[in-house]
This record gives sequence, C-alpha cells and structure tokens, in this order.
Amino acid sequence: MNVKDLIVNCIQHATRQVASTMLGEELKPAMVTMERDTSDVRDGVVSFVGLAGNWAGTGSITCSPTLACKICGQMLMTEASAVNEEVLDAIAEITNMVIGNVKTDLEAHLGPLGLSVPTVVYGHNFKARNAGHAEWIVARFEWGEEALTVKVSLTPQDGAKGTVHASALLLNEPYAVDV
Amino acid sequence: MEAEILVVDDSAAIRKILQRVLRQTGMAIGNIMEAGDGEEALAMMQSHKVHLVLTDINMPKMDGLQFMGKVKATAEWEAIPVVMITTEGGEAKVAEAVRLGAAGYVRKPFTADQIKEKLAGILEPALPL
Repeated sequence: MNVKDLIVNCIQHATRQVASTMLGEELKPAMVTMERDTSDVRDGVVSFVGLAGNWAGTGSITCSPTLACKICGQMLMTEASAVNEEVLDAIAEITNMVIGNVKTDLEAHLGPLGLSVPTVVYGHNFKARNAGHAEWIVARFEWGEEALTVKVSLTPQDGAKGTVHASALLLNEPYAVDV
Repeated sequence: MEAEILVVDDSAAIRKILQRVLRQTGMAIGNIMEAGDGEEALAMMQSHKVHLVLTDINMPKMDGLQFMGKVKATAEWEAIPVVMITTEGGEAKVAEAVRLGAAGYVRKPFTADQIKEKLAGILEPALPL
C-alpha cells in the first residue's frame, strides 16, 4: 500500500468512527481527489490541525455553516441556529478527534507524529493556502444534502529519508511511497 | 459520600459532554468542576477538594501529562486518580501516561458506556471511607 492509499483509509476510518460515536451519524464516503492549492474562494467553516514529525503537514475539516450547526447540535444535544462560539468549539473538537485518530493510525507506518491544537475559521470569501505547496488528499463524505470534507497534506522531512524511496522524492511524489 | 470531579479539557464541547455523561452514570457524583488547561486545573485543586480528575493531553499552557506529573508530585494530591481522555492513542503516549501514574486511559471518540466502565473500578476506591 502506498502513503496515499494509507492516508485515505485512515481518514475514512477515523471520520466514520468519530461521526458514528460522537454524533450518531453513519457517514457515506464519497469522492476522493488530489488537489493543489486551488484559487477558488470559499464560504463556510474550516478547521486546521498541524501534524509534525518525520512527516509534517496539516489536517483540515471543511463544511457549510448549516452543517457546522447540525454537527454542534448532534454533538452537544443543543440547537444552534447560527455559527457561534459553541459551534466553532464543536467543529474544532471534531477536527481534533478525526485528525488525531488519523495521526495515531499513521504513526504505525510513518513514525511518531505530533498534533497541534486546532484553529477554526468561519467567514466569507476566504482562501486557504498550504505554504509547503504539498498536494492535499481530499476525502468527501455525504451528509444528507450537505458534504463534509476532510483533507490531509503531509510531506516527508529529513528524518523520513530512511523510509522513503529517493525516486519518489526526486519526482516530488511522496504519496507514491510504499509503506 | 459524593465524588467531586475535575474535568480538564480545552474544548468546552468535551467538558459539556463529559458533564452529561458523568451525570448519566448513576454514580454518586457531587460537583463537576471544569478547567481549560493544566494551569487552571492546578489553581482549582488548591481551593477545592477533588476525588477524581479526567484530563485531556493536548492543551495550551500546560498539557495533561505535565499537569498529571505535578499532581502526582504533590503529597496532598498524589492519591487522586487521574484518567486521561484524549485523541492521543499511540502506544508511546499511553505508556508515558501510565508511567506518570494515570489510573486509566480513554481514547476519543468515546461512548458513555466506555466512560462508565472505566470509572467503575476507579471512583469508589477514591472516595474516603
């Protein structure tokens, strides 16, 4: 299995487990794509968690304000009609759990990884950019009429060289590495 | 006697869920206090009696492992059981938590039954006779 397939499996497993356990929701995985930083401008809620170690990068969850309120309501058994502090905190914690579980599953293959505390952004007409220019592995999940998007971007660091084929790094395709 | 419990997590959402779950256990629970990080938790323990601590690991200011280290290094608090509730599920983190004196370890996401099961053998012995 290569790193890309491993990350996709970890994202799908962690996201479905967190949704089922904390939100009582059985999510259906949808399309998985690879994306460079895109130029499209977005509205909604985006939450980020940093990953660091022999591989470093970012995990992210994106959803609409409507879905963010729904997630908060199902998690806390309250009703949220607009994005407020409670909604942002719930999305941050869901991101922490999903990416934290992805991290734990990846550690068996990629070595120890650290996890930052989450950052949540809610706004209109914003653009998120990965400073490392690494590709995002983007996994989507259907949630009724809405969609939850989970992204992970990881690149090997110096300490990972022993486990990474030089050819993959030369081709700038770290996700092609077999693990 | 009712147990006084301290929940330490930087997420208000998790603190709220744990409040609800703890009340549903049917155990004899009195006050459930909340702190957002290890520093705040230590300050709270100086002014309140605590029989059990539930703490996250990844938190700003002072993380859960540093916080537990300080609890276990304080004679007055060393017998208080500390249960880690965290996304950190790697063997190294679990081993470190156990080495520092954790009484239990629950990985997020958790169910109410998992919390209840974990606390069943911990809470009662922690209460004074």
